[in-house]
Amino acid sequence: MAVINTPNGYDLDNSGRRIVVDPVTRIEGHMRCEVNVDDEGFIRNAVSTGTMWRGLEVILKGRDPRDAWAFTERICGVCTGTHALTSVRAVEDALGITIPDNANSIRNIMQLNLEIHDHVVHFYHLHALDWVNPINALKADPKATSELQQAVSPSHPLSSPGYFRDVQNRLKQFVDSGQLGLFKNGYWDNPAYLLPPEADLMATTHYLEALDLQKEIVKVHTIFGGKNPHPNWLVGGVPCPINVHSTGAVGAINMERLNMVSSIIDKCHEFNTNVYLPDVKAIGGFYKNWLYGGGLSSQACLAYGDIPENPNDFSAENLYLPRGAVINGNLEEVHDVDQRDPEQVQEFVDHSWYTYGEAGKGLHPWDGITEAQYELGPNAKGTRTNIEELDEAAKYSWIKAPRWKGHAMEVGPLARYVVGYAKGHEDIKNQVDGLLRDMNLPLSALFSTLGRTAARALESEYCGRLQKHFFDKLVTNIKNGDESTANVEKWDPSTWPKEAKGVGATEAPRGALGHWIKIKDGRIENYQCVVPTTWNGSPRDTAGNIGAFEASLMNTKMERPDEPVEILRTLHSFDPCLACSTHVMSPDGEELTRVKVR
Amino acid sequence: MSQIETFYDVMRRQGITRRSFMKYCSLTAAALGLAPTMVPKIAHAMETKPRTPVIWVHGLECTCCSESFIRSAHPLAKDVVLSMISLDYDDTLMAAAGHQAEAALEDTIQKYKGNYILAVEGNPPLNEDGMFCIVGGKPFVDQLKHAAKDAKAIISWGACASYGCVQAAKPNPTRATPVHKVITDKPIIKVPGCPPIAEVMTGVITYMLTFDRLPELDRQGRPAMFYGQRIHDKCYRRPHFDAGQFVEAWDDENARKGYCLYKMGCKGPTTYNACSTVRWNEGVSFPIQSGHGCIGCSEDGFWDQGSFYDRVTDLTQFGVEANADKVGMAAAGVVGAGVAVHAAVTALKAAQKKTQSKKEEV
Repeated sequence: MAVINTPNGYDLDNSGRRIVVDPVTRIEGHMRCEVNVDDEGFIRNAVSTGTMWRGLEVILKGRDPRDAWAFTERICGVCTGTHALTSVRAVEDALGITIPDNANSIRNIMQLNLEIHDHVVHFYHLHALDWVNPINALKADPKATSELQQAVSPSHPLSSPGYFRDVQNRLKQFVDSGQLGLFKNGYWDNPAYLLPPEADLMATTHYLEALDLQKEIVKVHTIFGGKNPHPNWLVGGVPCPINVHSTGAVGAINMERLNMVSSIIDKCHEFNTNVYLPDVKAIGGFYKNWLYGGGLSSQACLAYGDIPENPNDFSAENLYLPRGAVINGNLEEVHDVDQRDPEQVQEFVDHSWYTYGEAGKGLHPWDGITEAQYELGPNAKGTRTNIEELDEAAKYSWIKAPRWKGHAMEVGPLARYVVGYAKGHEDIKNQVDGLLRDMNLPLSALFSTLGRTAARALESEYCGRLQKHFFDKLVTNIKNGDESTANVEKWDPSTWPKEAKGVGATEAPRGALGHWIKIKDGRIENYQCVVPTTWNGSPRDTAGNIGAFEASLMNTKMERPDEPVEILRTLHSFDPCLACSTHVMSPDGEELTRVKVR
Repeated sequence: MSQIETFYDVMRRQGITRRSFMKYCSLTAAALGLAPTMVPKIAHAMETKPRTPVIWVHGLECTCCSESFIRSAHPLAKDVVLSMISLDYDDTLMAAAGHQAEAALEDTIQKYKGNYILAVEGNPPLNEDGMFCIVGGKPFVDQLKHAAKDAKAIISWGACASYGCVQAAKPNPTRATPVHKVITDKPIIKVPGCPPIAEVMTGVITYMLTFDRLPELDRQGRPAMFYGQRIHDKCYRRPHFDAGQFVEAWDDENARKGYCLYKMGCKGPTTYNACSTVRWNEGVSFPIQSGHGCIGCSEDGFWDQGSFYDRVTDLTQFGVEANADKVGMAAAGVVGAGVAVHAAVTALKAAQKKTQSKKEEV
């Protein structure tokens, strides 16, 4: 094949050696990646494939809209709760249900809690091993590690040489046992790993600290939602009542519960400031010259915005996480985003395992059609049930290709921060400028794999501050005599209109998330989700634009093409969530969703 | 195999004293609800056993089971992974990917034939030749069968592997199928729930390692120790049910007083799980305590039992709606009568449940 120039500015050349990575591990769900590498080891063509489908939307048809949060929550157990929140918002939007102030604060605290939990678990347990070599940590001097720890984070109490020696001993016994468990077959002698042993030991230690911490973080969900993963939500508010003064307070949100929430918020904040951010800076410092992976982030970023200050107001000015779209690399102009506009969000399926009946069409989610068509292209190698190589000129993924006004977009923490930065969002600008100054890097360094990883850490810290704000707001409101947590005026379906439509939007940890619902006679007539990893992991569209994963892999140098360290590094920086992205299709050519624009 | 260490070796070499080790064994016994006399047995087991290899595969799922597992507080997930089992393949957490990940799987199967535990999260879809879930270019169901062939036993984590869960809810477009319907020649332990409670997950694993046997299972294949009783049986709001004190609307006065959520659709009376005893996330709370009814997530087909807000009694097969309301009305004056009615209802439901289970087995 000759070189193909994509409309979004990439030169694809699949003449080099083909490398297949399947399964891509340390992600949520199932994913495959294929790349072509030239003689010098540079990636010149990238193919990203979602390899699972569950069919949630067809299952939702005919159900009670008040139950939809529970179904959609099960789209993903990693970003647990965010689909539920999006769902109750969509139902409330459709039925004109407003929620009380306390419910808004509690939902925000829960959503922010998820952002922090997800970012921490992502960095330490899904992403760190792309940068950190735990085997190399065995060579570290515990005393020097202690000095490093104190230098990068003077306030972190766990920093003695003895502490690091203990962890190192434990690690040594583990490795010496011959049962390497999760570290088995890692790429530990690959030259792509650049950290000195002391930094490896420090980060490996924090892998374990974060594993202990994450089970504490989620207790905020447990208090308000009864369990985690998959806490409970409620259309019209939140299910937990507040009772701080009277008899029966033990069965409600009371002083003890509030104190527990407050202490967890403090704990998260300490970890973010004493461990997470310093680690990202320290590790990033050793990889400063590895600035691959920017992909679409410097060109096209999309954010829906989230965390409303006042309840029931989703205008951009009322949201702490920014909303907007940046296109063509022009940071001077941020476009507003309207999920209801049929011309803005559209999905294409020419390279996805679906058909719209005719080629080249893009459909708004409210007008969407989902009809499966699993077939491999003529140049694919292998068989239908034993794929060796995909043919990206044909259909090649269970993920659709969503586009914003025709543009392939990146979503997620970096996209939010790019949009926020471009909009002059004060907190975001201060954080980004501060980080770049500390690390002595130009703004362009932000548009990279590491920039994505850093934006996530910055956001985790920012979310911690927002959590404090909403906790204080909740307590102040209770103090002022308002204990209300649910609005039940329209709980009974007999109060609903015969037909209604709504949209709910959030910023999931991985990016912009939207649910579109249509209700008829008290039941769900249609339901459609367009999720972050559908944006980021999308295949090519009709015009040939490649998606964010694919773009980010382009022109990356692989140290050893047989060992996909660099591919994992960049894909992981998006925190892929395949169960989310690939829930939308149907088998048997059945038409699943057809919703008219209102 | 000679270099493989026992738990005890590992713990001692980590600098853990004999005394701490015994304390750890006591805590494990307590967590499992075992008598103190069992402590030496646990200690002996840990002193002599190598770490059991575990292969953890993922089908159609949402990863909530893995997420729950890492929330375990006693034992801590890191201790399970570093010192109790050898998690040799788990695509959610392992360092390697692609060919190297597949090699790790093969290596473990070959090396520990008949001696590893296969943990399954999610389930295989059977429509479209299984290609609704692809691993390594092939249908997940192939990987599942391959890994199951030489497994010592299989743990079906969560509602997906045990019963099918949300993707198997009507009309089950992918034909998502629970593990026991695909693998029929291996012992399978179902640990249902969406997800299961973290300490129940690690409790089941620890039990198997400690006693070197499968837990006692009920007729549906669930460990009796954690799934033997209904949430309602041990619910701290049960006295309010018996007294006829119910939440009538979200956030009403009764909700704030912590009354029974039965009328709000709570499925506690028909759900077998340990939520009201072990509780969630280190015992912090459980759904009912936080004001929402149980949605019955550890029961077979819970997605297709009507709305989560329908009263259990709305299921006509139970036919107890009137009784429950009568309980409510009579309670103010005649608490004792309410209890008697409830006892009768309980017995009726227990019988119903058995009938349902029997049908399952046919």
